Amino acid sequence: GTDDHSSDLFWESRINMIHFVLLVSRQGKVRLTKWYSPYTQKERSKVIRELSGVILNRGPKLCNFIEWRGYKVVYKRYASLYFCMCIDEADNELEVLEIIHHYVEILDRYFGSVCELDLIFNFHKAYYILDELLIAGELQESSKKTVARIISAQDQLVEAAKEEASSISNIIAQATK
Amino acid sequence: MTGMRGLSVFISDIRNCQNKEAERLRVDKELGNIRTCFKNEKVLTPYKKKKYVWKMLYIHMLGYDVDFGHMEAVSLISAPKYPEKQVGYIVTSCLLNENHDFLKLAINTVRNDIIGRNETFQCLALTLVGNIGGRDFAESLAPDVQKLLISSSCRPLVRKKAALCLLRLFRKNPDAINVDGWADRMTQLLDERDLGVLTSSTSLLVALVSNNHEAYSSCLPKCVKILERLARNQDVPQEYTYYGIPSPWLQVKAMRALQYFPTIEDPSTRKSLFEVLQRILMGTDVVKNVNKNNASHAVLFEALSLVIHLDAEKEMMSQCVALLGKFISVREPNIRYLGLENMTRMLMVTDVQDVIKKHQSQIITSLKDPDISIRRRALDLLYGMCDVSNAKDIVEELLQYLSTAEFSMREELSLKAAILAEKFAPDLSWYVDVILQLIDKAGDFVSDDIWFRVVQFVTNNEDLQPYAASKAREYLDKIAIHETMVKVSAYILGEYGHLLARQPGCSASELFSILHEKLPTVSTPTIPILLSTYAKLLMHTQPRDPELEKKVWAVFKKYESCIDVEIQQRAVEYFELSKKGAAFMDVLAEMPKFPERQSSLIKKAEVVEDTADQSAIKLRAQQQPSNALVLADPQPVSGAPPPLKIPSEPQSVARTISQPNGTSSNIDPQAPSPDLLSDLLGPLAIEAPPGVVSTEQHGPTGTEGVPDEVDGSAIVPVGEQTNNVEVIGNIAERFHALCLKDSGVLYEDPYIQIGIKAEWRGHHGRLVLFLGNKSTNPLTSVQALILPPAHLKLELSPVPDTIPPRAQVQSPLEVMNIRPSRDVAVLDFSYKLGTIVVGAKLRIPAVLNKFLQPLQLTSEEFFPQWRALSGPPLKLQEVVRGVRPLALPEMANLFNSFRVTICPGLDPNPNNLVASTTFYSETTGAMLCLARIETDPADRTQLRMTVGSGDPTLTFELKEFIKEQLIAIPMGSRALVPAAAAPPPPVAQPPSPAALADDPGAMLAGLL
Repeated sequence: GTDDHSSDLFWESRINMIHFVLLVSRQGKVRLTKWYSPYTQKERSKVIRELSGVILNRGPKLCNFIEWRGYKVVYKRYASLYFCMCIDEADNELEVLEIIHHYVEILDRYFGSVCELDLIFNFHKAYYILDELLIAGELQESSKKTVARIISAQDQLVEAAKEEASSISNIIAQATK
Repeated sequence: MTGMRGLSVFISDIRNCQNKEAERLRVDKELGNIRTCFKNEKVLTPYKKKKYVWKMLYIHMLGYDVDFGHMEAVSLISAPKYPEKQVGYIVTSCLLNENHDFLKLAINTVRNDIIGRNETFQCLALTLVGNIGGRDFAESLAPDVQKLLISSSCRPLVRKKAALCLLRLFRKNPDAINVDGWADRMTQLLDERDLGVLTSSTSLLVALVSNNHEAYSSCLPKCVKILERLARNQDVPQEYTYYGIPSPWLQVKAMRALQYFPTIEDPSTRKSLFEVLQRILMGTDVVKNVNKNNASHAVLFEALSLVIHLDAEKEMMSQCVALLGKFISVREPNIRYLGLENMTRMLMVTDVQDVIKKHQSQIITSLKDPDISIRRRALDLLYGMCDVSNAKDIVEELLQYLSTAEFSMREELSLKAAILAEKFAPDLSWYVDVILQLIDKAGDFVSDDIWFRVVQFVTNNEDLQPYAASKAREYLDKIAIHETMVKVSAYILGEYGHLLARQPGCSASELFSILHEKLPTVSTPTIPILLSTYAKLLMHTQPRDPELEKKVWAVFKKYESCIDVEIQQRAVEYFELSKKGAAFMDVLAEMPKFPERQSSLIKKAEVVEDTADQSAIKLRAQQQPSNALVLADPQPVSGAPPPLKIPSEPQSVARTISQPNGTSSNIDPQAPSPDLLSDLLGPLAIEAPPGVVSTEQHGPTGTEGVPDEVDGSAIVPVGEQTNNVEVIGNIAERFHALCLKDSGVLYEDPYIQIGIKAEWRGHHGRLVLFLGNKSTNPLTSVQALILPPAHLKLELSPVPDTIPPRAQVQSPLEVMNIRPSRDVAVLDFSYKLGTIVVGAKLRIPAVLNKFLQPLQLTSEEFFPQWRALSGPPLKLQEVVRGVRPLALPEMANLFNSFRVTICPGLDPNPNNLVASTTFYSETTGAMLCLARIETDPADRTQLRMTVGSGDPTLTFELKEFIKEQLIAIPMGSRALVPAAAAPPPPVAQPPSPAALADDPGAMLAGLL
């Protein structure tokens, strides 16, 4: 890697937490990013660039952890997508690896056999679901059923608002006929 | 995506873009559109606003700067309806970070949502604060969030978010939680039955106890209760068991919290906990299901940490070591990695070191693992477990590994080997062997400290001297040796070479010849060491050897007029002294012993001194109090120079040229051609293996108007496929950086890294190109061609046609500067990935300033020369406008960075700078150059520059060169081409049938 950029990355003091989540495709396309520690836009691009370089080049059958800038990145590849989470050195790697899998299972249940295209065109859903799973870089809910319930309640709220809006416009349309 | 057609269309458009440029144009168009719409508030419906901020987030995710519209995203937070509010919250928390000013504007709205009655709004607000809330939020919101967390009327849905939101606020400002009132509440929270709330609350507890465990001591037994509840699977709803394991995450959290309490005093609590731990240690089996395995081992490793922390009974400890011993030999890489990591932690425990040592050979095997993560863990563990009994074996393994280790590990590896050799050397000759091997194998990574240290030991230990001298002599027979080896062997042979006099090939004149052969290959700082050695050889030759004298004197004569003061002085003085007989002997007598002091290496590595007692070196040090003299300080390391901006070169040179695939009609039989399809449509988690998925399920969003990679193999004519390889980093920036330093990366993509290391001496340069194949496939048809400008003579050693997987080849490049010029040499480089040709034209940093040697003149030296240069063409003056405004000290730094040395205080006018340097080329020889810069404090964008030298071309070229450095590059033009910041274009895939077969997605599908 390059050593030119090492000095100006800003890191929060050492806290055991997930610092960021990154979904990147085998082609290096970013599909989702979520930052729980404060990074500027420039730092975000730098992190993505560096990490995708390292991770996309790792061969199969290696472990799911890389040591990176004094942190650890836990990653797992699902078909064409790499799911990555950055944690502190002292954190429990396997626990985070299973948070990744937990997330994938929830996505899979929601979309019904999820694939990369689902996440491209419904990237907002991936964000909603992640927010029900993690807050402050910590796991908030480990029940898939509960997360599914909450997400479907949200979807219903959005639908209801839409119906309301269209019925109002119907009424207006009727009245102004 | 229901109801947001515009967004889907935009995403499709982006995916249809054939290249980066098209994508940028599409993005710019969209940003322009959004900007216009945002300006026209009146027609901006909430729906449209919602759509636009989603687009902004998408563009942001693609890596483009979105520097407007934040206000609109934030304003959606206060929308009355849920759909808009939801979007406002999510997009704001993705686009902004806690330091963003706009966030302050939202605090009131957010607070109203938190204290309001609407549960869904509460959830949105708590999530935002939990994810990006900063200090301001901590100060104004903590009490409200605490209320929600402990409220009996709030549903778990809200409370678990409140717990993590409070955790964030506490991290931002620990005063946000008042310990006195909160400790009891926290204890009660741990009685929670809802496992979602309990998991979040336990995370909060971990943060609180890490800060102040005493205040929360009443939580300790509660944590043990939680563990018991989970271990016995009592009252754990099915939905909270994960692959049959009762919430592994909660188990891990509870054990983590316990590790912040120094000890557990209450006997019954301790007993209960140890029962649970015992059950975990003994009851965790390796099973076939990956996820179950991971989850149970996540719990197991946390239990191990807790056992180590609690310093449990010896019996339990040896159980742990036995488990770890098992783990480090399993095939599963994750478990092996964690086994090594935890064994290193285990070293802290007394009495287990001997048990760990039994696994040494297994650990050494991991040092050769294909996975760098595992090798790093093995290295750390070996380093930690090394002592006098095993130092020889371990250090030898490290030395062996050094030859194959990647660059990024070599420095650490050499330092560790050197420290271990010193700390635990069973005998001193072994220590000398190790350090010399280290220099031989990894000279570039051996700091001066290391060779200074070996010289100290040899000097201070007489019985070591003949051995060291003969070893040094042996290394000189090698064809190519590292410059550090030249230094250390010259030093040792100068001092102790005479002890070998009777051995073949070791007479003074033979030593001189073999050392002198190396002189043309070394850099300036090594020459004085060689000169001293020559003088010492002469001094030791009794009776005198007129033949040798003649040769040595010729060398001294040659360097008498050397531009380097150190060399010149030594040459002159040794020449005179060597004619003085007895006085010569006195001055050049053997170096006295060095005072014993702590090794700077060991200080550097901050190693705890505890087990080094038996080291031969330390024992020796205690026996031999010594006196006198301090070793010369190492060469000053120049500070990091400020970035040097060079006007942009023609695109063709400055950028990579990725060649289109000329032969793409022959589809590479090895290339996984159906991959793109299976990539995008293949299930991520479950059910079918990739590539065998019906597209029907993906209905309108998947197939509607998306003629991109998905079905590209059918629609796009084959010839149009581009095979760009993503370049890592910015080539121009890398080149500019290398213009100011002598080693670094010149080019990198996912398959190859080209590093460069250069040494400059006079008008000669020796560069080494390091071509490293990063991939697991060979790179074939590797070609490297130098396109030299007229003023440089360049000779590149042939590059092998194939670079094997994960191998590195080195290719030296000799440079000779014939005359002054600013032209740049170019390396035309290409290789093949399957059938795809990847190529780049790279500028070589053999630029004008590399042939400068810093030189600082006094006013007595400067002014006569300055006046002697009367005017054009030897002395040129120019008023330069459009200069990048720099304060005077910054400008001085800039000059120094390209080796034109500022001579402070010479010019009476404080706004002026004068500078000097020496330029080397074959035609000009060493030529003094002088420069004077007169700045205008009222207008820093202009200055007057005068440059002079004894050669008209040199004067002109140097003046132009300096001008280039001074003239500003408009910042805007850089921002327009953030090639490196944008997400990479599609990457050509290396043929990897093996990777396909091992696709974890496929494996996973099988397991589920």
